[in-house]
Amino acid sequence: MNVNRNWINEEFVDLSHVSDKEFVETMTIFGQKVETYERMDAEIKNVVVGKVVSIVRHENSDHMWVCQIDIGEEEPVQIVTGAQNVHEGDLVPAALHNSYLPGGIHITKGKLRGEKSNGMLCSYLELGLTQNDLPGAYEDGIWILNDEDCKVGQDINEVIGNCDTVVEFEITNNRPDCYSVIGLAREAAAAFNKPMKHHEPVVKGSDAGSIFEKLDVEVPAAELCNRYTARMVANVKIAPSPKWLRQRLRANGVRPINNIVDITNYVMLEYGQPMHAFDYRYITSGKIVVREAEDGEKLTTLDGNVRDLNAGMLVIADDTRAIGLAGIMGGENSEIMDDTTTVVFESANFNGTSIRQTALALGMRTEASGKFEKNLDPMMTVPAVQRACELVELLCAGDVLDGTIDVINYVPQPKTLPLEPEKINRLLGTDISKEQMVDYLARLEIPVEGDTILVPSFRPDLNLMADIAEEVGRSYGYNEIATTAFKTSTQGGYSNEMIMETKAGSVCRALGFSEIITYSFVSPAVFDKICLPEDSCLRNAIRIQNPLGEDTSIMRTIALPSMLEILSRNNAYHNKTVKLYELAKIYLPKEGEVLPEEPKMLLLGTYGAKETFFTLKGELEAIFSALRVKKARYSAVSDNPSYHPGRCAKVAVDGVDVGFMGQVHPMVCGNYGIDCEVYCAEIDFSKLITLCLPEATYTPLPKYPSVTRDLALVCEEAMTVAQLEDCITAAGGKLLRKVTLFDIYRGKGVPEGKKSMAFSLELRADDRTLTDEDSVGVVNKVLDKLKTDLGVEIR
Amino acid sequence: MKQQLETIRQEALAALSGAADQQELENLRVKYLGKKGELTAVLKQMGKLSAEERPIMGQVANAVRAEIEETLEKAKTALAAKAMEERLKAEAIDVTIPGEEVALGHQHPMNMVLQEIKDMFVGMGYQVVDGPEVELASYNFTRLNIEDGHPSRDRSDTFYFTDDDSVLLRTQTSPMQIRYMENHKPPLCMLAPGRVFRKDEADATHSPMFHQIEGLVVDENITMGDLKGALTTVMRKIYGEDSVMRFRPHHFPFTEPSCEMDMQCHKCHGTGEVDGQVCSTCHGEGWIELLGAGMVHPYVLENCGIDPEKYSGFAFGMGLERMAMGRLRINDLRLIFDNDVRFLSQF
Repeated sequence: MNVNRNWINEEFVDLSHVSDKEFVETMTIFGQKVETYERMDAEIKNVVVGKVVSIVRHENSDHMWVCQIDIGEEEPVQIVTGAQNVHEGDLVPAALHNSYLPGGIHITKGKLRGEKSNGMLCSYLELGLTQNDLPGAYEDGIWILNDEDCKVGQDINEVIGNCDTVVEFEITNNRPDCYSVIGLAREAAAAFNKPMKHHEPVVKGSDAGSIFEKLDVEVPAAELCNRYTARMVANVKIAPSPKWLRQRLRANGVRPINNIVDITNYVMLEYGQPMHAFDYRYITSGKIVVREAEDGEKLTTLDGNVRDLNAGMLVIADDTRAIGLAGIMGGENSEIMDDTTTVVFESANFNGTSIRQTALALGMRTEASGKFEKNLDPMMTVPAVQRACELVELLCAGDVLDGTIDVINYVPQPKTLPLEPEKINRLLGTDISKEQMVDYLARLEIPVEGDTILVPSFRPDLNLMADIAEEVGRSYGYNEIATTAFKTSTQGGYSNEMIMETKAGSVCRALGFSEIITYSFVSPAVFDKICLPEDSCLRNAIRIQNPLGEDTSIMRTIALPSMLEILSRNNAYHNKTVKLYELAKIYLPKEGEVLPEEPKMLLLGTYGAKETFFTLKGELEAIFSALRVKKARYSAVSDNPSYHPGRCAKVAVDGVDVGFMGQVHPMVCGNYGIDCEVYCAEIDFSKLITLCLPEATYTPLPKYPSVTRDLALVCEEAMTVAQLEDCITAAGGKLLRKVTLFDIYRGKGVPEGKKSMAFSLELRADDRTLTDEDSVGVVNKVLDKLKTDLGVEIR
Repeated sequence: MKQQLETIRQEALAALSGAADQQELENLRVKYLGKKGELTAVLKQMGKLSAEERPIMGQVANAVRAEIEETLEKAKTALAAKAMEERLKAEAIDVTIPGEEVALGHQHPMNMVLQEIKDMFVGMGYQVVDGPEVELASYNFTRLNIEDGHPSRDRSDTFYFTDDDSVLLRTQTSPMQIRYMENHKPPLCMLAPGRVFRKDEADATHSPMFHQIEGLVVDENITMGDLKGALTTVMRKIYGEDSVMRFRPHHFPFTEPSCEMDMQCHKCHGTGEVDGQVCSTCHGEGWIELLGAGMVHPYVLENCGIDPEKYSGFAFGMGLERMAMGRLRINDLRLIFDNDVRFLSQF
């Protein structure tokens, strides 16, 4: 909401002695935050009113004139102009040497075809004005100021009315009253503790008849229209508005049009009550009907666009057709024209939500709809229409008819609240007296009778003690409230999952993985990209009904695509070795539940010269070890379509599947535009942290030395390390402490189709040094079992 | 005999001084002091001497042995020192050759800043909690006193999953206030950071997904002064003890009174200007908005079964991205979710 300070100063509360900076800061601290403010004269500098003393043809030009301009100094200045509408004795805007015009244009002295020119004579366009601001002014030449109230040498900003500051406020949703000059003036008066001047509109009336003889208003859509107030003006003389009115409109960014339209806009700015003026001759049968549109109904709005309406949208209609889109924009078919003679002023109160939804659906948010959607005070319709009629009389724009039509579809409920100083002080942590509170409220025009607050209708936001506390608090000053330390003593901390996440994160980083953060929503196309089967239950994702785009339309049920996308992006950036991790939520719909499950996944993803299946596996094992996860088992799976069928492992802990790791399928890599080997691990982190060993306790260090026995075993090519390891461990008994694979060999000395795997067995007893017989016994048992169970021989 | 000893002494000392390495020294030791060495040979003749001569000659012999032994030791030490010196010289390296690279990973800058903030609040007694991102409208809006038809509920602002708009992507972390109060009785002190979602196209300052940090304190006799105290303490820890803070009235449906907290711009010290130019840090405002806060609205307490007559509390919410970007001077929000390792590895 914009407002110019002069309007407030001249009409409501004179704060002209307050600097812009102080005004802005005080208002902001008081709760009306200023977004920006700007002097209206900031753009025009060193342009003054000049009088043309003489004007002669330029010797070397057939269209230029050399003027001597009196600017109120001893000597006139010479300015060359190409305009043809300047005459001796005219008052003109003269941009002097080193002057500035809107748009950052810098004027300096120079020579035009040999003649010195110490500046420039300006058109109103060059001064940032339009035909609307200056009705009747000559468009294609210099702005002649003869009819303006000005004198030679005067700063042109004063003539234009630029000696003013426009302040833009951020109005909060709960304060519809502040979308008006009066509302903000009221806040300013309270903020500076100055009395506010009020003006009660007075309409003299005329003998032009009564509205009741001419107009009938029906409101069938009563629930969408709280109140519909109308007055009429006859014998209208459409003309430009006076300068003071045009200036106030211009300062607030409203284009002046003609007296009637300007009055509606002026009242909207002043009261915050949007108004509309209909040309009476186009209201068929003199009847206004406020109804819902019919499906498929069309209306051409004032901006010339044809609007397709449907049921639920509120329109203003006559007997036969819609003539306006309620609260948003009038219809072209009832627009005020130059020959309009009779006008109906509409001052209504529409349902805010309905107006907002209609404006949104039609993509036409207007000044009026923006105000209505805040739910305006229904008590405002009458004063606003009165003010409009008062202005009609002031501007001699027509004769106001007797009577006001006022259809009321709501029951006004005067609201009262108890004033509870003790509770207010307890909430704020202050010690403000009741008298002081009453005074604060009075400044805000909130009357208090005894212990009862009479909540004014323009403050729908005041409903309970806490609301009053805010009014008291901001009047006292938030920054004056003493800061205190509350005495509540609670134990701070993290959940187990968070602690584990932090731990996992640090290990990942120590291992060289960097953390990424990816969107929770993905494209449904990712399932095909990772070659997920058509019937996979992971395709059952919850879908956003109104996504930004297809690419972000479903909640991910699998985090692998997010990782691949980031790897792909880094690959495209030519980042050579990339190791990434993410602790990413996935969203799994759950039968019979409204909300999905949101487990967290640990994703690892790498590519680069040194990255292999086994580097990633080693890293994953390191992470598990740091988290004290129980022993994990890796088993080959060839049916996970996202992974290389020969290089993918299912990871299980304590018999529970926790995820997959492996080389991403080259086809999937291809789908992501990656041409190198990519390794990923996807681990269900939420599950993983339930599979951890309890906190470690001390185990005494071994007292007796251990013995190492190395075994090279020849087995079938298809046999896995895990098979042999399991067998060795099972046979080894309690003396066998550790089995470590240290070599796999194929070639000379090993038959075709077989391989040799060498294991190191660590043997130890807690109570004695092992003898040769001990170790030979264990080794024999192991070899026996290997032979019997797996047919494996020692090499 | 004395003559013999003197000869051995002289020869031995001469030989020792000329020895080039440890082996040669050892050979000399054997030659002169060994069981079959020259000195031993001489001593073997001691028996032939008279009883008077024997102790005298014994003394002389011992002195010679001692001298040879000592010289030998010295020579050994000297040679060892020389050998060490040579070895070390040979082993010298160019210490400016770069070290073996250890590729450490980097924490995402958002989580880096978040971790710091979380730790700070934990130290002040806050329990950190997490909650659902796919949320019920009743938690995200209704029970937070955000009425039906409120603009923030519009489909142009909020992502919905159901026709009746009852399930959505949470637009704020505030629903965690409700969830926490449902399950915990005062006194309570909670911090809920997390992802939130709004229907904004991604650009330099917008993202459909970002992070908020929600805080809530409820107990008997919690005041606005307490709110100011708690937030001032934390923000000064984050931004420096000399930071100047201010509180401004504002509006949130779920707090009353509500406020926003600003910090005076560090760069222009609140003037909005640096060297005659509009301050680029605060865009001329002189203040930087930090967070929104307020006293928990009585309706919200009631909605969670907490008696507003007995208890009061304050809540606050801040945007992590804004905070982290300001601090780390990141000028484009898209960088945050782009995850380019060249970006990530800067932090």
